[in-house]
This record gives sequence, C-alpha cells and structure tokens, in this order.
Amino acid sequence: MAYINVPDGVPGIRSLVMFRPETGKPLYALAQVLLRGESTLSEAERELIAAYVSSRNDCLFCMSSHAAASRCLYGKRENIVDEVLKDMDHSQISDKLKALLRIAGKVQVLGKEVRPEDIDAAKKLGATDREIHDTVLIAAAFCMFNRYVDGLASWTPTDPTMYAEMGARMARGYVMPNTPNTVS
Amino acid sequence: MPYIPLEAHLPGITGLLEYRQDSAAPIRELTQVLMRGPSTLTEGERELIATLVSSRNQCSFCTAAHTAAANVILGETDTSEKVKKDLPTAPVSEKMKALLTIASQVQQGGKNVTPESIQWAKEEGATDIEIHDTVLIAALFCLYNRYVDGLATVTPVQSDFYNNLGNRLKEHGYNRLKNGYEHLKNQPVK
Repeated sequence: MAYINVPDGVPGIRSLVMFRPETGKPLYALAQVLLRGESTLSEAERELIAAYVSSRNDCLFCMSSHAAASRCLYGKRENIVDEVLKDMDHSQISDKLKALLRIAGKVQVLGKEVRPEDIDAAKKLGATDREIHDTVLIAAAFCMFNRYVDGLASWTPTDPTMYAEMGARMARGYVMPNTPNTVS
Repeated sequence: MPYIPLEAHLPGITGLLEYRQDSAAPIRELTQVLMRGPSTLTEGERELIATLVSSRNQCSFCTAAHTAAANVILGETDTSEKVKKDLPTAPVSEKMKALLTIASQVQQGGKNVTPESIQWAKEEGATDIEIHDTVLIAALFCLYNRYVDGLATVTPVQSDFYNNLGNRLKEHGYNRLKNGYEHLKNQPVK
C-alpha cells in the first residue's frame, strides 16, 4: 500500500501524478522532451538508458515499464533490451551506446563517479556533446523518478501483460492521465 | 572544466539549464512549484530539504547554493549547518526532523524509506501532501546533484557568489530570469 492516499488500482507514477497534478504536469513534460523530443539517439535507445538506470536503482516498476517501451520501439530487435539488462558488456548494441550506458551507470551511483576517461571513451566512439548531455540528464532524471515511485511505495504490478500494455502506450508518448479535476 | 561546452559566466546548474532550454523548462517549472508554490511547508523548510540531500550527495555547488538560500530566507546560518552536520540537534520542529529523515532515506534510494519514518512524520502532524512533496523534493535534488556533478560543471569557491545566488533564489525563485543571464557576464566567477 502506498504511503499516501493515492487513487486505488492505479500503478506507479500514474497514481502519484493523479494525486498531485501540479507537479505531475512538468514531470510528464520532462519525460516527453527527454525520451521523445528531438535527438540523435533513437527513442528505443533512450528508453533503454531509462530501463538500465531503473534496473540499477532496483525500481521494478520503472524498469519493467521502460523496458517494455524500449522493446516496443526496437520492434524486431526487441531482444536487445533483455540482453542489455542481463549483461550490457556482451550485448549486441553499438560500442558508442555501451560507452553512454557506462556513463549512465556512473551517474546512477553519483555525479562525481563520472570520470574524464568515461567521457573521452564515449567521444572517441563518436558520441556528441549533446548525446553525452542527454545521457547524463536521462540517467539523473531516472534517479529522481525511481526514488519518487519507490519512496512513496506506489503500487508495482507483477503481471507482465500490464507492462506490455504500458510499454505500447508509452511508445506513443507521455501524456498525463486524467485526474478527477480534469474529467468532465 | 565541464565535460561539454557551457557558458563560462554560468557555473553550476545555470549553464546546464541554458545549454538545453527545452529540457530545462519542465525542470524549472517542477522546482518552482515544489520550492515556491503554495505549501504548508515554509520556503525555508523546503530549502533545508534541498540542502540536506545535496550535502548527502556530496554536490558542493548545490549544497552551497541551497545553504545560502536557506540562510537568507531564515535570517540565520545555524539551522542549515546543524541540519547538514547533526540533524537530531537541529533547531527545527519534530515534524521537520521526521520529514528530513524521510528525505535522507530517499537520497539513499526509494526503497530505503521506511514505514516507521512515514508513521513518525504522520504522528507529528505531517500531511500526505507534505510527505509527497518532501519525497519529490529529495528525489528532484538527486537529479540536480547528478546533473551538476555528472557533467563536471564549475563550482565557484568565493562565498560572494553563493550569497548573490541565495538572494536571487529568494527574490526570483526558480523560473528563468525574464531577460536571461547576459548581465552576469560582468561579474567574474572565482
């Protein structure tokens, strides 16, 4: 049971943004701009960074839902997602994406963990400044989302079909759920 | 030296928020609602949450900035120092001690928040919204601290810098300044 009086039967962050839409609106806008906005990283890759950081933060809700979104966006190559979550170093993603995920993994621990050599490695493999910026910010944002979701003990479904549905919806973009105030 | 090219006159978070303004907009909006919006927590109390979390995340820039903001709002420096160094002795209410304890647990990880600390906060009169906002402020600073240090932004050493910043955060809050930050080019960053 969640620590605060959020709507029943609504999972994870959706229940929290319905409880407080004033903060929910910019939270969804941030997810939308980082994961669906203009970028040279694909949407599938950005969802993978989100799932990877959530996995390392042990946030089952965010990990499962963003992994599902990433699988949806990778399409036929959906196996990549589970490979990365299981063993990133030996997965079949590009070396550049591996270097970016290593940076994201450092950010998950703490900002100071990111070393100049991590950045150099990514740049040598062709990562741009903007890709490095976005990787750090996506990783940092999921250190927030993960803590928000688990820190208030919001409902984490265990049924995989629920996450497949969520992933399909998220692949189309981040839209605030209706709240009692906005339902006509 | 920052890992990506940022404006030299905008150390810390400001240069990052100017680097990519379309992602900065919702971050600023969220911060303004949480830190300056209508709340039963005072602005000083909310700055103390930001200060404690930034300090635990070892983010020198954010710790100094929010310590300065808390001090200018509270009109003294003792409370912020004690919150950072010895929370049980800090001159804050029992409710705030419970909320700051929750914030310190969020800093470690979402699952570290215990039912006992939530219970304590509720017994001291904390409302659901106060608990919600405490958790989200603490989580938001886990974002900021990683953003600022993860890209190796510049941390000024002069205390004047943070006094000016603390005053700016008190007077203007967290929205982007209407005319941007060009005027700061005349102030050397040390």
